[in-house]
Amino acid sequence: MIRHAISNLNAWLAILAVVISSSAGDVLLSRAMKQIGDLGQLRARRGLVFVILLMLRNRYFLIGVGCLAVSFYSLLYGLSWNDVSLIGPAAASLTFVANAIAARFFLHEHVDGRRWAAALLVAAGVVLMAF
Amino acid sequence: MNFRKYLVLAGVTVFAPVGDSLLSYGMKQLGNISLHDFGGLLLAIANPWVGLGIVFLLGFFASYMSALSWADLTYVLPASSLGYVLLALIARFALHERISIMRWFGIALVSSGVGFVTSGPEKTHRTRNSAPGEVAGHL
Repeated sequence: MIRHAISNLNAWLAILAVVISSSAGDVLLSRAMKQIGDLGQLRARRGLVFVILLMLRNRYFLIGVGCLAVSFYSLLYGLSWNDVSLIGPAAASLTFVANAIAARFFLHEHVDGRRWAAALLVAAGVVLMAF
Repeated sequence: MNFRKYLVLAGVTVFAPVGDSLLSYGMKQLGNISLHDFGGLLLAIANPWVGLGIVFLLGFFASYMSALSWADLTYVLPASSLGYVLLALIARFALHERISIMRWFGIALVSSGVGFVTSGPEKTHRTRNSAPGEVAGHL
């Protein structure tokens, strides 16, 4: 009983870590890419190597990639405590909602009713697809 | 939205599930590898399916970064979630797995979410450095 509770607690802590680090990573990468500008146009004008160097010199990009690495290892930690059928859909669907909130406050995106509906529909759909 | 941008979104959508499927197929061929067997983990890349999977995942990352450079995060993530649907369809028609009613319902919800977001604008705000090359000039 206690063992089961500890396993569940660890799994949900891992899900929380995945949601926070993944959303932080996506927000930071999005900010980095908006700073750099349209990659397609830049690559056409200055070449691929220039674009890669530009990305590697952007601190938001580097921290964002670090956050995604933390998210990946949190997911692995979660999988060692509970089934993929719980961890996968729970982390993915909550990340969609957390991203919408984070984008609203940190990236100042205009998250209107249409985008909220899209995030919630996709989150619910991801949960159902686990069955 | 122009054809190039739809192509980039298609890349985000297709490369991730195909890359994951290839990695899964390759790793199942190799069997269980312990975390302590670092050499085994490195050698996994030599498996052609794993190698091809990594190439596809690199393609996903490049497309994802490109999409984020001209579209909102709240546009790119739901729009590219058709990958979940694609993965389910690969499982049903290529791997002949059974898909439950709940899963079909989930597919319908994800698809409608994608329809909702893609019918709106891809970018809702202007960033300070949104013109390409403004930051590039500092390199």
